[in-house]
Order: sequence, then C-alpha cells, then structure tokens
Amino acid sequence: MALLQITEPGQAIDPHLRKRAAGIDLGTTNSLIASVRAGVAETLPDQEGRHMLPSVVRYSEQGVVVGEDARVQAAEDPLNTIVSVKRLMGRGVNDVDTLGNQLPYEFSATEGGVPRIVTRSGEVTPVEVSAQIIRALVGRASETLAGDLDGVVVTVPAYFDDSQRQATKDAAQLAGINVLRLLNEPTAASIAYGLDTGAEGTIAIYDLGGGTFDISLLRLTRGVFEVLATGGDSALGGDDLDRAIAEWILQQCGHSEKLNPSQLRGLMMQARQIKESLTDKDEVDVRVDDKGLHFEGRLTRVQFNELIASLVDKSIKACRRTVRDAGVALNEIDNVVMVGGSTRVPLVIDRVHDYFGTQPLNNIDPDRVVAIGAAVQANILVGNKPDDEMLLLDVLPLSLGLETMGGLAEKVITRNTAIPTSRAQEFTTYKDGQTAMLVHVLQGERELVQDCRSLARFELKGIPPMVAGAAKILVEFRVDADGLLSVSARETSTGVEAFVEVKPSYGLTDEEIMQMLQSSFDHAQEDAEQRSLAEARVEAGRVIEALGNALDEDGEALLGESDIALLRGAIDKLGSLADGSDTRAITEGIEMLGKASEEFASLRMDVAVRKALAGRQVADIDSEYS
Amino acid sequence: MDFNQNYFEIFGLPVTFKLDLDGLSRRYRELQKELHPDNYASSTEHEKRLSMQWSSLVNAANETLKSPQARAIYMLELKGVDIDHNPVLPPAFLMEQIELREELESLEDDPAGLDKLDTFKVRVKDVMSGLERQFEAVVNEDDEKALTAVYEMQFMTKLMASAHHLEEKLLDY
Ligand SMILES: Nc1ncnc2c1ncn2[C@@H]1O[C@H](COP(=O)(O)OP(=O)(O)OP(=O)(O)O)[C@@H](O)[C@H]1O
Ligand SMILES: [Mg+2]
Repeated sequence: MALLQITEPGQAIDPHLRKRAAGIDLGTTNSLIASVRAGVAETLPDQEGRHMLPSVVRYSEQGVVVGEDARVQAAEDPLNTIVSVKRLMGRGVNDVDTLGNQLPYEFSATEGGVPRIVTRSGEVTPVEVSAQIIRALVGRASETLAGDLDGVVVTVPAYFDDSQRQATKDAAQLAGINVLRLLNEPTAASIAYGLDTGAEGTIAIYDLGGGTFDISLLRLTRGVFEVLATGGDSALGGDDLDRAIAEWILQQCGHSEKLNPSQLRGLMMQARQIKESLTDKDEVDVRVDDKGLHFEGRLTRVQFNELIASLVDKSIKACRRTVRDAGVALNEIDNVVMVGGSTRVPLVIDRVHDYFGTQPLNNIDPDRVVAIGAAVQANILVGNKPDDEMLLLDVLPLSLGLETMGGLAEKVITRNTAIPTSRAQEFTTYKDGQTAMLVHVLQGERELVQDCRSLARFELKGIPPMVAGAAKILVEFRVDADGLLSVSARETSTGVEAFVEVKPSYGLTDEEIMQMLQSSFDHAQEDAEQRSLAEARVEAGRVIEALGNALDEDGEALLGESDIALLRGAIDKLGSLADGSDTRAITEGIEMLGKASEEFASLRMDVAVRKALAGRQVADIDSEYS
Repeated sequence: MDFNQNYFEIFGLPVTFKLDLDGLSRRYRELQKELHPDNYASSTEHEKRLSMQWSSLVNAANETLKSPQARAIYMLELKGVDIDHNPVLPPAFLMEQIELREELESLEDDPAGLDKLDTFKVRVKDVMSGLERQFEAVVNEDDEKALTAVYEMQFMTKLMASAHHLEEKLLDY
C-alpha cells in the first residue's frame, strides 16, 4: 500500500505527492483524455501522436480492439464492431426499437431492461462497451503520467437524463476508475474558454458533436462558472447529418430494400466523408457501386443544406427555449462559443450567427476543449490546488416528477433548477385502510406519464391503516452536483416511519455490475477479493488523509486537546488496520472513524458558513469604496 | 448558523421586497464558493453530506428570493399570512385577464403569431411589474391587499406559462 503522507500546513504540495488526475471526454464519435501537467492542461496523445480516440470497439478474434484500428474494420465486421455506443447509454430495449434499423447490430431478445449486443465474444451491454473505451484512455494516461490515476472527471452531455448519467458513471466504475465527478460537456468547455480568454460576462456554448447537441448559457464572474440554463437533444448530432446524406444516396439509387449490416455501415462512413468534404468544398462527387446499389453523381453544398435544414433548425429552437429559460435577452449574450466537430458545418455556423446576431467563436479547438476543461476540474477536485478559486454551478437539464392519478406527471423539481437541490412533496392515501403506495419517478417535460422517461418505481409499505386522506406521505427528491437523483418516501402523520430509498436504475442492477466487474478478472473469486481489499485500503487512505488535513487546519481552533488525541488515535488505528488484510475490519474502521469525526465535521461546516458570510461583508465594503 | 434561518438571513439581507438582485447573486456565489460540494471532494463523508445540504439550501433560498412572485409569497409566509385563502379579485382585473386570454388564443392561428407573441409577453411583464410595485407598497400595511397582489401575480404567471406553451407549439416542439 502506498505510504500516506500528510502535508503540513503552509507547506506547498510536494511534487511527489501530487495526485494524478485526468478529464475524460467520452464522445459519441471521438473520446479524449487530458491532464494538467506543469500547470498546463493538455490532451494526451497515444504512441502514434493521435489525441482523439475514435469511440469504436471491436470484439475481434484476437480480443478487444479500441480506436482507429477498430474503426477501419467497421464495415468489414459490422456485427462485432460497435460505433456510437453513447447513443445507447441508459436506454432500454424499447428505445432501441424506436432507433430501429439504423443500428446494424444484433440485439439479444431479453424482455425489458438493458439492450445486449450479440458479438463473437458474447453479449455486451452499452455500459461494458463504454468501459472499454474508458480503459483504453486510462491506459494511455497511466503510461504518460507514469502511474495509476487517483481520480477522473468524466463528461456527459448537459442534456443527458438521469439514466444516461448513471450508465456513464457505471461504465467508469466498471473500468475501475475513481470518478470524482460527472461534468456537463458545455460547462467543461466554458472552463477552457474562460481560462483561455479571461473573459467575463454571459456566454452561450453551442456544442454539436457526433451524437448529441447541448446549448448552455453561462455567466462567468471571477472564477465562478454559473450555468443559467441548459437545453439540447441527446440524439442530435453529426450521425444524423450523415444519415440524411445516406438516405439521399439510397433515394438516388432507387433502393428500398433493407441493407445488410456491412452495406449500411459502409454507406454511413461514406456519407460522413461526403459531409466533411462539403465543409470546404461547394460540391462533391458521389459514387456508389455495391450489390444492388448504383449511383454516380454529385452532391452540392446547397443540396446538402436543404437535407439538413430541419435538423439544424431543431438545434436553434432548443437555443431559443434555453435563452428564454435563462431569462436573458439575446443582446446580453457577449459571446457564442462553438464546440464539437459538427460546428464546422457552414450551415450550422450561419444559423447560429443569424439567431444570436453575433459571429460565433470557433478559434479555440472545438475537439479538445471539453477534455481540457474536465482536466482542470479534476486537478482541483483531486486536491492539487487547495486554494483555487474556481467554482462550477450547474443546473438540472430535465424536470423530475411523480406519477399522479390519471396517468399524469406532476413536476417536483423543474428543469434548470440549480443543483445540488432537494425538494419534498406531500401526498396522501386515496383509499380507506390503504397500507401501501406506489411511487413512480419520472423525468421529462411532458404532461403524460407515457411521454416521460420512467426512472424508478417503488412501493412504500407499512403505512398504518387510516381513513383516506389521513396519512401524510412525504416524498423527497435529492439531486447531487452530478445531476444524479435519489428519492425517499416517508409516512409522517403517525410515529411510524416507513422509509424507502432508491437510486433510479436504467436496467442494470448493482449486482449485475458487480458480476461484470468480477467476470472481467480471470480468477474471479480470488481477484475480486483482492480488489475489494485494495479498494478498502484506498478508501481508508482517503478518509485518513481528509481527517488528518482537517485536524491540521482546524483541530486546535475547534477541539479540546483530548478530542484531538482521540481522533488522532482513531486515525492511527485505521492506519494499522489498513496495513493488515482484513477487508471487513478496514471497512468497519472507516465507518467508526466517520462516526467519531461527525461532531468535528459539523463544527467545521459551521465555520465555513460563517466564513462565507464574513467574506461577503468584506466584499461589500470593497464595493462600497470602489 | 442553522438550517432554520430564513432565506433572507442566509444571505444576510433585511426582510424587504425590494432587493438588489446583483447583490443577491454576488452573495449567492460567495456562499457557494464556501459551501458547494466540490469544495469537499476530499473531505469526510459527513462533511460531504452537510455541504450538500447547505448548498441545496442556499440554492433554494436564491431561487425563492430572485423571483419576485416566490419572494412575495415567502414574505407573506414569514408573516404568518394564510396564503391558501383566496381573496376576491377586483372585476377590472378579471376583465383584463379575459381579454388577455382571448388575445393569446387568437395568436394560435395567426401567421405572425410568433412575433405578436413577443409583444404580448412584454405586456404581461409590464402588468407583472405593476403588481410588484403594488405589493411592495402594501406589504407592511395591509395583508389582504398584499395577498391580492400575489394572487394576481399568480394569474399573470399562469398566463405567461400559457404564452410559453403556445410558443413551443408554434415552434413545434
Ligand atoms: N470538417 C468537418 N465538417 C463537418 N463535420 C465534421 C468535420 N469534422 C468533424 N465533423 C463531425 O463531427 C462529429 C464528431 O464531433 P465530436 O468529436 O465533437 O463528437 P463527439 O464528442 O464524439 O460526440 P458527442 O459530443 O455528441 O458525444 C462527427 O459527426 C464528424 O463527422
Ligand atoms: Mg463531444
């Protein structure tokens, strides 16, 4: 186990103690990893010097291949080569049905739950495929940074719902990394932009990538990045522009039969090339000659613009709604920053320009900003910059609610509410003697339950029998800074408490994830034990360090000598437990130390709150005299 | 410091309807700079939990105080006014409501609906500002009148929501 050392107060962080942190942009088309080195955040290249890793995973006869090598084989081996898997994250089998024939994979016929793609290496879930991409990136980083990563920030589209976020977090967990935070992609981009330009004011980040679209409005003030509102479409991106071209080609060919997977994949890849060429050229020659598909002709930029107009319009409508939600006027927006490969499309630039009435900025690398912003945040969260002033304040992208009578969705927390947040709503029983109540948690803007995404269903049991309307059931929603929800329900009118807490699941249970984790080792049992021991030790290390730092900082000011000695003793105890190999003892030790330090933690938080208010008063005086 | 402070106290502000909104958002950022969970990424579990609670509370306080209507309701609640009791609205206000509703409905089939909707929303906002001034003038003197103003604000908010609804329809979301 690594030796844990605690920084003395006032002492700068010893370079040997600097933690390894990274930011991961897990994209639909391309993924990147970045890290802060020598004070500079940069994306890390592979051995061939390539920064972008195509988000393509191939289950080949020789094993799993990720990236460019997988991508070039995509048309030859379509069933075993998974592209754009991000679109399937957190989605159920039914969603896949609606995505329809656009996906050249075979799905296994499981009822409900998570779609499983049939490959030659067996069935894989989107979470597992994503975990492979993360592993490839993390491997690259560990090599470059010469050691294991201590913590990672993973980005998600701002418009991702709870299921999609949870799935992404699970993928990272499956890849065996410590997730410091899920960060919204446009927010990450704004960090890179803000630090790069030093700009303050109101900005819009327009992020059109391979598979998703986000629009976020932010206010930048002295290191605080405050999201005012966000909107988008988690199924709108370059892939859809490609599809528009592919459909046009099929039309030209006069083809109406179903393509085989290889043809479909080949056509999509060709469409993408045509699209990218049309960014610089006014027209492109198109030639198709493949079993039943014949066409020779050309596609002009003007025609292409017509094909994609409605898609681009969709993004502009989302902008309009988001600007309204943010409560800002268009002329109050100082800059529009373009992020994502698809913002190179001329029509996109024109439409964004027209709507916002200002020339959008694309002078910062639209491919890398997200990873770079995530790296900056990871570096801070991991503890390498204790005095940093940067703060990100984000919002909930989609309203959360509950099913009520008549199949209606009642909103509990509305979209664009600042997070973290918690809100409680009171319900009652509608039948005499009712002892159970079904709680159905939903996400989305629509009024009917069937039009919202169902996040979780659970039953609150053990309500004491009463006349209808007498029981009081308090349902509490809590959303953390990652945008992830947990819900609890409690009967409050009597002394009896029935309490249920669930985390919404998109179909994969915790057990299934554990199983996947275990099966990713060869000697499952033994290695799984090793792994939990290693994890318990790391966690013990974290707790010891956190409390040690806290004692160094505030121990003397807040606690008596005997209390300090007690806590120090408890720290030492956990330290020696962690040197041993009894996983359960370590876990219990962690819990004990947590309990023992609760009082101290509360005192420290009081100080922080008081300090916050005091800081405000100083600032007030400042502004009065300036 | 405790969780039972009222929202104004959390921001160190006097309980008044008229607020310096820039000042409020500055104070909001300063509080979150200390309390947001990201400051506690490497702290103990208990501290993380507390920071999440505090940060949520500051968010709720900010959201309530920055919206005039929510702030007005909150002030009445602090005064112990029963806000579920509906006051009688003046006929002139109700007439105006009916007219505005009819106007909004007529925009649905109007080819220039979207542009006219923008003008309509400006008008709703003007009425809203009037109600805010009205509330401010009476909040310390007359609970019933203050409650009436709030009630009217709620009508206008609903009207605005309908306008947004129509906008989404015209934009075909
Ligand atoms: N020169 C270009 N002209 C048009 N489109 C381009 C160009 N270069 C890249 N693209 C498109 O950009 C998309 C990839 O962008 P990007 O790498 O930002 O997406 P991503 O981050 O993987 O996806 P997402 O953020 O949606 O998950 C692809 O659809 C690609 O075809
Ligand atoms: Mg992207």
